Amino acid sequence: MDLYTEGDPIADTKAPDGPIETRWERHRFEGKLVNPANRRKLTVIVVGTGLAGGSAAATLAEQGYHVKSYCYQDSPRRAHSIAAQGGINAAKNYRNDGDSVHRLFYDTVKGGDFRSRESNVHRLAEVSVNIIDQCVAQGVPFAREYGGLLDTRSFGGAQVQRTFYARGQTGQQLLLGAYQALERQIGLGNVEMNARHEMLELVVVDGRARGIVVRDLVTGEISTEMADAVVLASGGYGNVFYLSTNAKGCNVTASWRAHRKGAYFANPCYTQIHPTCIPVSGDHQSKLTLMSESLRNDGRVWVPKAKGDNRNPKDIPEDERDYYLERIYPSFGNLVPRDIASRAAKNVCDEGRGVGPSGLGVYLDFADAIQRLGRKAIEAKYGNLFEMYERITGEDPYEVPMRIYPAVHYTMGGLWVDYDLQSSIPGLFVIGEANFSDHGANRLGASALMQGLADGYFVLPNTLPNYLANAGSFGKVDASHPQAVAARTAVEERIQKLLSINGDRTVDSFHRELGQIMWEHCGMERSEAGLRKAIDEIRTLRDEFWQRVRVPGDGEGLNQSLEKAGRVADFFELAELMCIDALHREESCGGHFRAEHQTPDGEAQRDDDRFAYVAAWEYTGTGQPVLHKEDLKFEYVHPTQRSYK
Amino acid sequence: MNLTLRIWRQKGPEDKGQMVTYQVPDVSPDMSFLEMLDVLNERLILEGEEPVAFDHDCREGICGMCSLMINGEAHGPQRGTTACQLHMRQFSDGDTIDIEPWRARAFPVVKDLVVNRSAFDKIIEAGGYITAPTGSAPEAHSAPVAKANADAAFESAACIGCGACVAACPNGSGMLFTAAKITQLSLLPQGQPERYTRVIGMVDAHDEAGFGGCTNIGECAAACPKGIPLNTIGRLNRDFLKATTKRAGTPGS
Amino acid sequence: MAVTGIILVLFLILHMLGNLKIFTGETSFDHYAHWLREIGTPLLPSTWYLWIQRTVLVVAVLAHITSATVLAMRARAARPVPYAHRKKIHVNYAARTMRWGGVIILLFVIYHILDLTTGHLNPQGDPANPYGNVVADFAPERWYVTLFYVLAVVTIGFHLRHGAFSAFRSLGQQTPQGERRARTAALVFAVVLTAGYLVVPFAVLTGLVA
Repeated sequence: MDLYTEGDPIADTKAPDGPIETRWERHRFEGKLVNPANRRKLTVIVVGTGLAGGSAAATLAEQGYHVKSYCYQDSPRRAHSIAAQGGINAAKNYRNDGDSVHRLFYDTVKGGDFRSRESNVHRLAEVSVNIIDQCVAQGVPFAREYGGLLDTRSFGGAQVQRTFYARGQTGQQLLLGAYQALERQIGLGNVEMNARHEMLELVVVDGRARGIVVRDLVTGEISTEMADAVVLASGGYGNVFYLSTNAKGCNVTASWRAHRKGAYFANPCYTQIHPTCIPVSGDHQSKLTLMSESLRNDGRVWVPKAKGDNRNPKDIPEDERDYYLERIYPSFGNLVPRDIASRAAKNVCDEGRGVGPSGLGVYLDFADAIQRLGRKAIEAKYGNLFEMYERITGEDPYEVPMRIYPAVHYTMGGLWVDYDLQSSIPGLFVIGEANFSDHGANRLGASALMQGLADGYFVLPNTLPNYLANAGSFGKVDASHPQAVAARTAVEERIQKLLSINGDRTVDSFHRELGQIMWEHCGMERSEAGLRKAIDEIRTLRDEFWQRVRVPGDGEGLNQSLEKAGRVADFFELAELMCIDALHREESCGGHFRAEHQTPDGEAQRDDDRFAYVAAWEYTGTGQPVLHKEDLKFEYVHPTQRSYK
Repeated sequence: MNLTLRIWRQKGPEDKGQMVTYQVPDVSPDMSFLEMLDVLNERLILEGEEPVAFDHDCREGICGMCSLMINGEAHGPQRGTTACQLHMRQFSDGDTIDIEPWRARAFPVVKDLVVNRSAFDKIIEAGGYITAPTGSAPEAHSAPVAKANADAAFESAACIGCGACVAACPNGSGMLFTAAKITQLSLLPQGQPERYTRVIGMVDAHDEAGFGGCTNIGECAAACPKGIPLNTIGRLNRDFLKATTKRAGTPGS
Repeated sequence: MAVTGIILVLFLILHMLGNLKIFTGETSFDHYAHWLREIGTPLLPSTWYLWIQRTVLVVAVLAHITSATVLAMRARAARPVPYAHRKKIHVNYAARTMRWGGVIILLFVIYHILDLTTGHLNPQGDPANPYGNVVADFAPERWYVTLFYVLAVVTIGFHLRHGAFSAFRSLGQQTPQGERRARTAALVFAVVLTAGYLVVPFAVLTGLVA
């Protein structure tokens, strides 16, 4: 049996045409609106309270809609956006260094290795400037210069300083801004907040998304929540690799359940491997910790020139060190985009020149920067990151160079959405990392925060009304509708099934094994043979999971093993689709590197003739998904071989 | 190393709960504290027991979810460190480690080491924000902020809402959490219009949630994994006094 | 707490200065004690001022105790289930002993009034000769009285050390430098006051005042 079949191409993405600078403006004007008096009669469910979900819920409530918000954490303030360290891009050009909306647009399309939509990216660049204004007004304490104005720094993949930051905790500060706006709306009664609730199913009635089935993680109660539209802001699926920089709870369940109900899943194989993470220390490892990419502004990456040189780094003289990023990419140096920096690290380690006990690490050295700027300046910029490194490794990075290694960090793929951020199920909107829309095959640093907030504050609140304006014609449905009851029953049965297997392996042991398969074959470098092997292994392991997993306790009340089991079960299905997608994309682009497709000097080799499209996968239930292609057109940024040399 | 753990086990909010002893052999010093608990849980599951429920998420010290009282200290013995970032090299072979949940009326135990901290959300809801609906913001550079104020605002804004301050406070007070947000917002020009209504609202919500009063002992700041300074409480007090004496809301006041 | 505490602290300062007059001799000290009853005359009848002051002090003490009780009860309510394992407070001994210290101080004040104000518990108890009362009180063979007195004054010192800092903070002391200054000031003040109160019994004990 073939792994997949090909269906009709996607005909309409609702992207407007005409001059790119005017598309968003015109589209907004052409969209229908909802009368303020009618808004409060309309209910919108928002799943997830990160930058995208939190900002969307707050903004929709401010507009007057009735919002029901859900998150699995104990408070909306803890969504994983909080862990983003480095910064947020915006085309403010405060530095007068040649930045503009067009340049941010250009950098993002190029950085995405020409696999994103021009219209979407341009819109993102346009609203980026409003995001900074909005966040400052909320009291986000961005770093400032002595004159009282905002400071910016440079980031990978760009030659302008357009990244706004709040020390190494930018994500936290932006998220708290959105959270506070959300809490204000909760206090005003416009948002009904449900923390420690997990979405386990989407309710689709007459082809429209009309609600979700959730489990109260504290009481175990399953309930069906109905609405006029459903917004998923449930983040990425990096935890399919088990070890990633994602929070332990991050999962694909909300997205995957929607996919099973008909939402296309786009480009699942596009995974970002972040070059600067703390290396794995042992089998007990439960997650990987990122060191902000901003460290590459001042840190220099190197390995010894000789294989197996395990001298103390201080004893290795300058001329026996290989500052390989500066050597290979002289114009961008240590600031090459993430995919390139990660693969370069993998290559030197594969050559046997890696450092640290496992040999899977490279040095990130601040000695020069400390000498040039002084320890104080480095402390002010990166103090908290250095402390974090020391706590985890027991080594002082002011004295010894940091050791870093790439780790899974972000997933560019996600549920397919049109220009309005609506999925292939009408009434189901997807925002933030959960959708696939803006980053193509590789995301530039400091663009995730930008996209999350752009979607939540400025895009969705302007596109959702166009859908809700017709809500009068959807027909009244409640939780007793047969489709809603069926969804709920399916959830209950699945929970009972997981609890009743009572096998001899823990959920984590399966998750760990799945992660190893994925990292090995669908990680930094993929090959046809490896992917085929991975698909077989995943299928075998999934079958074993449903035979042998042991989930202790019951469904009543808090049961963390049960939560994990449901999530891992969905990761198995996603993992298979990722491998199929990676296998079918016979080219290398951005975060997807196929060993068979590289230039003579080892760079990614795109194939624009055959693969300049978005791969949107439809679930069939037969194990054989259907591929729908959405062709990508480049009118403003012409695809070239990316070069950062 | 080999460790003896004494862990608070409580089936649910109504259960009485008790300390239960577990032996954990072969702990690597490179493990994080939570990874050590993971190892214990994996074993408990295979032995047919219920694993220990504890809150955790990002495991990099920023989400504020983890909340363990370790040997009577919030987040354990290392200063400026959350439980998830605490590594086992801080302990020695043969140690006995007591692990308890945060204890406060405002943070009722949900199960084992998991508590409900929604009281903190209530405090923010009562005024811990600047009213700036999306779309209404002026140009970011229209109000410069002195660097010293911006830096101090950031220092307070670094609060992760974990509740260690409450857990450590002999009075069970949440004043450091409340003061951190008040300090952040009152140091910024954008926070001025709501400055005095904010402090009244948040302090009232704090008291209503059942937290104790502050007696300036300073345990909170010593336990805070993010180093929120104690003087933020002075800023809260000053704003509170002003708010109650200046007849807030009088035009021109 | 802060406001009533400040009233009591002001009284403590005056009381200490008055005590130190004992070094100026018996006549001078007794005259001072007598003068206290005459403050405000002839505008006020004799001892009226003293009674006004006493009333203010009693109200301040009651309010101070009430606030402390409210805080203690809130603290108890705020943590219904205690920790099985509780580390001693990192920060300081003074802050840790405010509540029990306060109770000890209260008991001492009652004793002290019965001793040197009303004279009921004083071996001499002559209202016309406070100097003699003090000397009789701290006589070497009554070492246990002196010991109790010393313990109580040291307790007051600790109480003041945290109390004074806490009052600064409650009234809005808000900068880190100011915090260091406030802590130092509180410490110096507590030491000076403790010393000022302790010199009198030690002077009697060593025969410097007889």
